[in-house]
Amino acid sequence: MKERIIEIIHKYHADKTRLMDIMLDIQDECQYIPEECLDILSKELVLSIADIEQTISFYHFFSQKPRGKYQVYINQSAVAYMMGQSDIIEAFEDELGITLGSVTEDGAIGIFGTADIGMNDQEPAILINKRVFTQMTPYRVRQLIDDMKAGKDVKDMAVKAPGSGKNSDPLIDAMVHSNIFRIGPLLANDYKPFDYLKDNLSKIKAESIVEELKKSNLRGRGGAGFPTGLKWDFCRKSSGHDKYVICNADEGEPGTFKDRVILTEMPELVFEGMAIAGYTIDAHYGILYLRYEYKYLETYLNDLLNRMREEHLLGENIAGISGFNFDIRIQFGAGAYVCGEESALIESMLGKRGEPRDKPPFPVEQGYLDQPTAVNNVETFAAVVKILTKGADWFKKLGTADSAGTKVLSISGDCQFPGIYEVEWGITIQDMLDMVGAKKTQAVQVGGPSGTLIGPEDFQRSICYTDLSTGGSMIIFNRDRNLLKDVVRNFMEFFIDESCGSCSTCRIMPAVMLDKLDKILHGKGVKQDIRDLEEWGTVLKASRCGLGQTAGNPIVMSIKNFRHLYNQLLNRDELKYNGFNLEEAIQESCQVVGREPVIDHGHLKNGRERPECKANGTHKPECPDLSGHKDFEHRATNL
Amino acid sequence: MSKLIKFNIDGQECMAEEGRYIVDAAKDNGVYIPTLCNIPGLKPKGSCRMCTVKVNGRLMTSCTTPVSDGMEIENHIEEIENYRKMIVELMFVSGNHFCPSCEKSGSCDLQALAYRYQMMVPRFPYTFSQKDVDGSSPLIIKDQNRCIMCKRCIRAIIDNEGRSFFTFKNRGIKLEVIMDKEMGQRMNEAEAEKAMEICPVGAILKKEKGYDVPIGQRKFDMKPIGSEIEN
Ligand SMILES: Cc1cc2nc3c(=O)[nH]c(=O)nc-3n(C[C@H](O)[C@H](O)[C@H](O)COP(=O)(O)O)c2cc1C
Ligand code: SF4
Repeated sequence: MKERIIEIIHKYHADKTRLMDIMLDIQDECQYIPEECLDILSKELVLSIADIEQTISFYHFFSQKPRGKYQVYINQSAVAYMMGQSDIIEAFEDELGITLGSVTEDGAIGIFGTADIGMNDQEPAILINKRVFTQMTPYRVRQLIDDMKAGKDVKDMAVKAPGSGKNSDPLIDAMVHSNIFRIGPLLANDYKPFDYLKDNLSKIKAESIVEELKKSNLRGRGGAGFPTGLKWDFCRKSSGHDKYVICNADEGEPGTFKDRVILTEMPELVFEGMAIAGYTIDAHYGILYLRYEYKYLETYLNDLLNRMREEHLLGENIAGISGFNFDIRIQFGAGAYVCGEESALIESMLGKRGEPRDKPPFPVEQGYLDQPTAVNNVETFAAVVKILTKGADWFKKLGTADSAGTKVLSISGDCQFPGIYEVEWGITIQDMLDMVGAKKTQAVQVGGPSGTLIGPEDFQRSICYTDLSTGGSMIIFNRDRNLLKDVVRNFMEFFIDESCGSCSTCRIMPAVMLDKLDKILHGKGVKQDIRDLEEWGTVLKASRCGLGQTAGNPIVMSIKNFRHLYNQLLNRDELKYNGFNLEEAIQESCQVVGREPVIDHGHLKNGRERPECKANGTHKPECPDLSGHKDFEHRATNL
Repeated sequence: MSKLIKFNIDGQECMAEEGRYIVDAAKDNGVYIPTLCNIPGLKPKGSCRMCTVKVNGRLMTSCTTPVSDGMEIENHIEEIENYRKMIVELMFVSGNHFCPSCEKSGSCDLQALAYRYQMMVPRFPYTFSQKDVDGSSPLIIKDQNRCIMCKRCIRAIIDNEGRSFFTFKNRGIKLEVIMDKEMGQRMNEAEAEKAMEICPVGAILKKEKGYDVPIGQRKFDMKPIGSEIEN
């Protein structure tokens, strides 16, 4: 095995910045990262073992323990559960006799949970060894298990169906659906791949591209909405001996899947946009950072890149423009939502933990390998090609005054036709709901868990940068859903799992808030708890990146817009003694010390009949009302 | 020397060299901004968030943000001071900090800041999380119970080949600082000394060193934190 590992390391020139690729390859070979690899990696890459372990332990899909020959990852998104994921998990657990998070005794099959895999429109979905299985049912689980037990290749399993659109291309061969239900100018099929690059790029100066983009008012489609023309201008003017173009296809925000569909259906548009960016900022390298969950697209995308090289659309003197040298490679992530944050993405591309950087400096000044780097979303690159082809004026006519163009929405949850809809900015939530066939809607999560949860009183508001802004995720909940228990709680767990942990605030506070939410959900909440949640959440604004800054949003926004749901759960109106039971609370200690204390509740007659702590709690003496007592108030809210 | 610029903190006119980090520039002007993770002279890593200030209305960490001309900085305002107190409290509840039995008591930055912010009892519930103590190195003890994940040891204690003795492991609430087993074995006196000194709390202790300065005469027993800067 040693030779094989060394071979892998040298495939990447023993370059420690390529640690991610090296470990992904090792995992392909060994199914996990065995102990003996660490020594080899440490020597060959001159890294301490702890250093390598810190990268491994950061990413969800890396493991130092065997996770099975078949690694089943079950999507934990709120929508997956709404569509029946619990039954799927139960079926796996029952059939295999193991619980989620473990491996069968023979080491054959491991079942694990994982954050949203970008299939919200075809849930319940799971991944087995990088292959996606959508629209799962317990019957399909049994079939899969039979096939796994028989040792079949994941490609040959009985659970198989042709995917729609390009998903049935032999190079993808996935049972995934593109579910495009509305096309607009971006997704329109009038696109002629690489025409702009081949015919027009040589005729336009880099400055003019920047001007055209500025004029078009194009803003980033990844969520933050930074003006793209300005970003490219900064990057163009920054000095560095090399520059880089990065396409952010990490798509980790639960409920988004539009980048997957764009990369499946029109990857040419994205690569063409990246090449144009390379020309504009004078970069020679482009990198597509693709989330691990989309690894099934690898062969297909690499095949396209190879064809582009053959056609001189990548490589040297592209499209006959002398000195325009540009190439693209694909970098895979390994399961970390925070790596979608542009500077964390860059850290990850350097083989490190995906920890966001402090800004300034911004990536346009010091990005990948400390060189000026333009990071943009998949959809942004696609829009650039359309703008340059059809003109900024044409683009500006679409959408609203402050939000030009169209937005590709990923719509999922309780509606008739979950999928992809390209709409002009400015559409109201109500129109959107009518468009997708949503009825009896209780709430819409706009922009994913980091966005906002709104109710019917806000359905006349519109989707645009200045009102309801979104990177694309739209999740619909009907009136039968338990928002706090099934949605808000799920989102909080997502942030807790995905925080990089660097900032004190984002590392600790979401867990503190979730505990408090659980207290309320268990019927033990008092009014003060809600005030606490509102106040405590504010400190998250002091976090370094968007993840922490918005990690309290599921709770804060639901309190703001669905306060009645909280109020219904409060056990009493005012802060009062709320059923704290001392006997119950000390049961565990009683068992440990093997003794039961005599508790004086201060209300005993004659001081004789002292109640004893009984483990079964049969004796429940009345307790004094301590509300109003200052010390007690403070502690009671923390119970 | 680069150009001198003017800026102001809570209305007080200040001067500094352009590009100096706010926290240092403030110090030069007699304004204390509390920090935990910052190591003067080393590339900052705004992770504790204690030094958060408002720069032209936006929250920024003053250890990572350079001053520029005309900057309006808000430091000693209720909103910010409340965040700082919350951060100190969060650190107390997320670890296991039993000050009276800690060797660092009196020289601990976290404890000193808790005094500064008059924390009586954290407003958040304790988590009582289980954490490990690593005594495998001949020279130091690393106690995860007291670690606040400031990353100071990770950034500062480095061997000749540029490798860190300490690194992070895991992420989010499960984040911890670990010591490379093999490097821990060959750590030298000077590195051990520096590791203990650089740790703002009592998470890294030099073996057989604990109580050499009596309680009552330790760093913050004599002067409260920040008083060396504030006039
Ligand atoms: C926690 C977090 C996750 C993010 N995830 C993504 C993502 O998956 N895709 C993306 O394009 N942008 C994501 N972003 C935004 C990026 O940091 C960055 O703003 C964006 O890629 C810039 O591209 P744009 O200007 O074209 O939108 C994320 C930001 C944060 C804070
Ligand atoms: S806010 Fe959270 S995810 Fe972002 S850098 Fe801080 S700890 Fe990491």
